[in-house]
Amino acid sequence: MAAKTLNINGKQVSADEGATILEAAIEAGIKIPTLCHLDGVYDAGACRLCLVEVTGVNKLLSACTTRIAEGMEVHTDTEQLRKYRRMTLELLFAERNHTCSACVSNGHCELQALAWQNGMDHVRYDYCFPRWSVDASHPRYGLDHNRCILCTRCVRVCWHIEGAGTKNVAGRGAKSFIIDDLAQPWGDSETCTSCGKCVIACPTGALFTRGSTVAEMERDPSKLAFIVNARERKQWVV
Amino acid sequence: MGKRIVIDPVTRIEGHAKISIFLDDAGHVTDAEFHVVEFRGFEKFCEGRPYGEMPSITARICGICPVSHLLASARAGDAIMAVAIPPAADKLRRLMNLGQIVQSHALSFFHLSAPDFILGWNAPQATRNVFGLIAADPTLARAGIRLRQFGQEIIEALGGRKIHPAWAVPGGVRSGITDQGRARIRERLPEAFATAESALRLFWKALDENREEALIFGNFSSLFMGMVTADGTWEHHGGNLRFVDSAGSVVADQIDPARYRDYIAESVQEASYLKTPYFKSLGLPNGIYRVGPLARLNICERMGVPRADAEYRAFRQMSRGSVTSSFLYHHARLIEILAALEYIERAIEDPELSTKHLRADAGVNALRGVGASEAPRGTLFHDYTVDPSGLLKSVNLIVATGHNNLAMNRTVAQIARHYVQGDDIPEAVLNRIEHGIRCYDPCLSCSTHAAGMMPMKVTLVGPGGRILREVTRG
Repeated sequence: MAAKTLNINGKQVSADEGATILEAAIEAGIKIPTLCHLDGVYDAGACRLCLVEVTGVNKLLSACTTRIAEGMEVHTDTEQLRKYRRMTLELLFAERNHTCSACVSNGHCELQALAWQNGMDHVRYDYCFPRWSVDASHPRYGLDHNRCILCTRCVRVCWHIEGAGTKNVAGRGAKSFIIDDLAQPWGDSETCTSCGKCVIACPTGALFTRGSTVAEMERDPSKLAFIVNARERKQWVV
Repeated sequence: MGKRIVIDPVTRIEGHAKISIFLDDAGHVTDAEFHVVEFRGFEKFCEGRPYGEMPSITARICGICPVSHLLASARAGDAIMAVAIPPAADKLRRLMNLGQIVQSHALSFFHLSAPDFILGWNAPQATRNVFGLIAADPTLARAGIRLRQFGQEIIEALGGRKIHPAWAVPGGVRSGITDQGRARIRERLPEAFATAESALRLFWKALDENREEALIFGNFSSLFMGMVTADGTWEHHGGNLRFVDSAGSVVADQIDPARYRDYIAESVQEASYLKTPYFKSLGLPNGIYRVGPLARLNICERMGVPRADAEYRAFRQMSRGSVTSSFLYHHARLIEILAALEYIERAIEDPELSTKHLRADAGVNALRGVGASEAPRGTLFHDYTVDPSGLLKSVNLIVATGHNNLAMNRTVAQIARHYVQGDDIPEAVLNRIEHGIRCYDPCLSCSTHAAGMMPMKVTLVGPGGRILREVTRG
């Protein structure tokens, strides 16, 4: 595969043709904030935190879904980007009911960590306080829609790693929500294998192991990339 | 036309409140009311949440005694799981509750109430507070602050932080105590004992100087409720309920706290967000009962530890039946600090506290769970019903300050009747009225499930509801 050369934050970088700006940046050791991105599954461009500026393009592009091009000039850390990232985070917090102090993921939450890293010290928007429920019908896991940011990581791991296809998205816009099978209680799902990959993939406290109390949900999403790599490289074939 | 005096806000209590005093045409006090003016809504907005979150959510009701909610909520969770928690977890919860009693009682006595004893009822309002106490008697103030810190450090040694530790959970606790934690507690105990003893000496002197107040501040007949052990010893966690009347006779005994509804009913008053529980079979207003330190000492037969028992006997000698003056809440609080320190001294030597078996694991096995614990201010109930997946369908919280609502109203009325004549109320009288509330160490943030430290307002109301005078402090 041919290599392409581009410039990120003034640094000359080369990456494989077909790579995304995010992949090229990671390879060059340049950090771009991400939330919906998950190693091991394809990217969806859902969260808008990895937005970058590309010279000559008059809109902001998501680094996780934009392919590199020869001679591309990318900026990942400008004042405008920092402003938009904070705004995006504030909107995520305002949209549903995120109460860190009582959350199973407090201290281990990617959304909380990003808010802290990006200097989000308050939310300027009115909180929506929507009425969302908790689905605790599954014997082992729970889904709290109040804490869901619709990153779709759970959907992608369910379809493309486990292959069960249980999780999906229903509805439109801010009213979208994660469903199981045909929008039935999770515990009634016939396709769910109870593998728990969705729970490992969740960046917030939306998916959790039942019985977990505050700050007890610690996840290791690298296990998911490990499974995918081992499978694709046929490391399990003897 | 009669008159109404309003004290708003009431100061040096936890939360927001006001007092209304009603006068007739002759300027005599006809009645007084204590109003809690904040509403918080925990019972409603917790609906739909998993019961396992409740210890941490309800702990946020209050930053002074979060441990009480944490423990009562975890116990309600134990009942929903229908498990017996590991013995070490129970011992650790009890140790944290003792730490909580010490820190909260130290706050009530030294920071909130001692300024009245030390600086006097007539001391200028601007200095009649903990800062005035620091200026007047720095050694005493420092000892009080350090005693509170000691209690807080026990909480931290167990839960990892002083306020809102996410530690007690349905089924047990999340961690034990380390050897360093034990050593730190052991090291500070002698100083804590010395402070408790000196506070008791200070109280005896204050009692001597305030004989009139002791007779007037909430001195009336009522029932008393709290937990006792199976043999009638003082209890703060895991015991059964006992009701005792003013004569000292046991009215109901060894009641499983889960059956509280058989004995306690709740009513609401138009003038307050604070619910009014009463002893069911006596109805309103005869079902008035008090909880908290005074009640716990009236219902038990002994403290169960030697130093506190010596002081307890002196306490009980003040009356033939129950000790009925709410002014003596302060004395009871100090005896409880002493007892708590003795129990802490015993507890930290228990090797079982370091075991790793601290948490039982189970799903939802009962659709209702009641958890009770003796909070510093009195008995706290958390009553949850859940659906089969463990999501809350209803929440009922009865907090100590609620139990004492009728008694606080009566106390305010009694003090007002004694001291108020006409609508010209001297500052020292206003302060005595407020102190009547402080005796109970109410936590209004808890009781209304209200935010903030409390200022107070007194309104003087004449017949026909005309407001004659309002005194506001902030």
